[in-house]
Amino acid sequence: MIPELGHFALVLATVLAIIQSVVPLVGAAAGRAAWMAVGAPAAFGQLIALTVAFAALTWAYVASDFSVLNVLQNSHSAKPMLFKVAGVWGNHEGSMLLWVLVLALFGAGVAAAGRGMPMTLRARVVAFQGWVGLGFLTFILATSNPFLRVDPPPLDGLDLNPLLQDPALALHPPFLYLGYVGFSTAFSFALAALVEGRLDAAWARWARPWVLAAWAALTVGIALGSWWAYYELGWGGWWFWDPVENASLLPWLTGTALLHCVAVVEKREALKTWTVLLAIVTFGLSLLGTFLVRSGVLTSVHAFAVDPDRGIFILVLLVLAVGGALALYAWRAPRLSSGGGFAPVSREGAVVINNLLLCTAAATVLIGTLYPLVLEALDAGRVSVGPPYYNATFVPLAAPLIALVAMGPLLAWRRGDAAAALTRLWAAGALALVGVAVVAVWQADGPPLALLGIGLGFWAVGGALVEWAERVRLFRVPLADSLRRAGNLPRAAWGMTLAHAGLGIAALAMTGASVYVQERLVVLEVGQAVEIADYRLTFAGVAPAVGPNYQAERATLDVTTLDGDAVTVLQPERRWYPVAQMGTAEAAIRSSGFADLFATLGEQADDGRWTIRVRHNPLVSWIWIGSGLMALGGVVSLADRRAWRTLRRRVRPPAAAGLPA
Amino acid sequence: MRRLLFLLPLAGFFAVAVWGGLALFRDGSARLPPSTLIDQPVPDFALPPLRAGDAAGLATADLNGADPVLVNVFASWCVPCLAEHPLLTRLAEEDGVVIHAINFKDTADAAQAWLAQHGDPFARIGFDPEGRGGIEWGVTGVPETFVVDGDGRVRWRHAGPLTPVIVDQSLMPLLAELGG
Repeated sequence: MIPELGHFALVLATVLAIIQSVVPLVGAAAGRAAWMAVGAPAAFGQLIALTVAFAALTWAYVASDFSVLNVLQNSHSAKPMLFKVAGVWGNHEGSMLLWVLVLALFGAGVAAAGRGMPMTLRARVVAFQGWVGLGFLTFILATSNPFLRVDPPPLDGLDLNPLLQDPALALHPPFLYLGYVGFSTAFSFALAALVEGRLDAAWARWARPWVLAAWAALTVGIALGSWWAYYELGWGGWWFWDPVENASLLPWLTGTALLHCVAVVEKREALKTWTVLLAIVTFGLSLLGTFLVRSGVLTSVHAFAVDPDRGIFILVLLVLAVGGALALYAWRAPRLSSGGGFAPVSREGAVVINNLLLCTAAATVLIGTLYPLVLEALDAGRVSVGPPYYNATFVPLAAPLIALVAMGPLLAWRRGDAAAALTRLWAAGALALVGVAVVAVWQADGPPLALLGIGLGFWAVGGALVEWAERVRLFRVPLADSLRRAGNLPRAAWGMTLAHAGLGIAALAMTGASVYVQERLVVLEVGQAVEIADYRLTFAGVAPAVGPNYQAERATLDVTTLDGDAVTVLQPERRWYPVAQMGTAEAAIRSSGFADLFATLGEQADDGRWTIRVRHNPLVSWIWIGSGLMALGGVVSLADRRAWRTLRRRVRPPAAAGLPA
Repeated sequence: MRRLLFLLPLAGFFAVAVWGGLALFRDGSARLPPSTLIDQPVPDFALPPLRAGDAAGLATADLNGADPVLVNVFASWCVPCLAEHPLLTRLAEEDGVVIHAINFKDTADAAQAWLAQHGDPFARIGFDPEGRGGIEWGVTGVPETFVVDGDGRVRWRHAGPLTPVIVDQSLMPLLAELGG
């Protein structure tokens, strides 16, 4: 009964999406207020209907209702509750349901928060949000209905792929979807601006919180996925240039560019048509990501469900959405007035360079991801693209970007002074030099090029701190005054400092973790030890262990310093999931904050000895601390009081003190 | 002139979409790539051995036996490979299927450690650190699995991890038909 209720709610949401996408648009064109007002209640209704549908599917998972095909294929009665719930979106149908739920959430959010927005703009944004929702609801009902029944129901389910039974992975898709789908709002805002024929600072102020929210969520989603790969896959890597990872990186890169452009529009009303184009491209790349993951066109970590028909459907949606939007762009964008001019060296100029670098980086990743596929499809030959390609193309683009991150915020709007900005950055330069010197001494035999990455990381962190110190006039006015100034800083300024510092930390950590890692692969008898970095790991034996839906062999490694002082005990496991007929290796990780000690258990040899792999990963946890800071910067920026004030009140012409980039 | 500039993104997207569409729908029905090798002879390739004790790796001539064999492309850095590994092991140990492997874009140390950790069901392994052999086979990603019949022709290809359903419904019937 409850699954049928969910199915009904899904159909109801589709009907509401039709109303939401058509009526307000017609109303806005004809100037009828009553028609335009239909958008908001339709959006709320759609959210409620999809919440009911999602709750119904969740219920089926929690209650282990194996008469529902989707539950049967992806769950098992002995699975822990967290993974029963996470199983709802751990499969294709459920994750698409989550997709439209998040979409409806953003649609209802715009409808609710936009009460002060010009009526036609709000109606159009809500309507375009409805169009996207309609496309995906049709997709679900036509190809991916999660509420299909089986008759007769079997006794128990087939279980979720054990690699996916993990807390970080339970949260990874929802955040990624918040990001992917969140950019739909930027897309809707861009289309609405094109139809309105008007794009001004007020528009940017309305659109900005949604871009920020989507960007922050996507940052968290990508970081969670990479963290999962690090501790679950058992060999200690954290980024693989896997096609589906790339698919999430693409909208992040263009989304980052969009974030900076929207700030320029808000402050200076420049780069308008480019901003609109970026919004379209960013959402198009989000759709492309969904297509790549869902179609099985690309084989990857995520390709557990492969179905070409679904891929074609999403591809058609992609072509309609992006093609339609670009046609609208070609037709209407020339009418958007061009904004304020600026000198090449200026805050706007810095954002343009930031955009060029980010978009070129996105293009290289896109080419690397799709090129092999395109050639194969055309019988034009076969190639394969791997990490060497990305190291040769992506890294050289990221390096100047990180170098410029420190400088951009110190340039004035319209016309900046690069020499003066560099002079003010002397402290960041000093920090970078000291950092490089320390690392060069600590890792004397590391490759010299790594020091460049280390130096850039320190430089970016230093630059963020210098910019903050300038704002609060640190050391130039009494400390109490500085603190008071810091307290009064707009949250958007805090957000930028946090995000830029986070980028520097992440860059530093990625360099360190890639270059200074140490690894030992040994075959040990009980009582034997292996030494790595400054630690000695003594193998104390393997004992069986039992989990809720798996059996395991658990090794015990006593970790001491080289002098014999006890540090910790590591217990890596090899798990076997009998229902799914799959094994996983659970790494044991001990993080000192500075470096991770990482151990996995291999097979037992015929002579009774065990294969054990240990790694010493310096700085690796700082990759996620840095990414976390970036996302936190987005959230803090989102909490800016001025942003919320504009959401509540009608907007006046741009104020003198706008938000910083 | 300015207007033309705004047409550029649409024109570019349109060109790519038409190109991609033509490639996908060329045979009248939706055809997501990989099948150019089907019913073709095994491509020319020769790879050195991975395992220390092996005299030879894997080459075209090795795939000309009387019985059908599987060629599995794997790498130690690939998660779905790990996911399908127990299935391959079972095929080799319980069903007696001969499985050769191409170790794709990997390092010898990592691959050997991976096999030591998860078990080694492979008859022959070709070591392909640069991915040259993979290119000949048209590998777009790992894992991929091919069936080569007794005449040295590629009969089946699966991109992505094998699942019990695929093994039971496609792979085993095909092997039975080919007389394996």
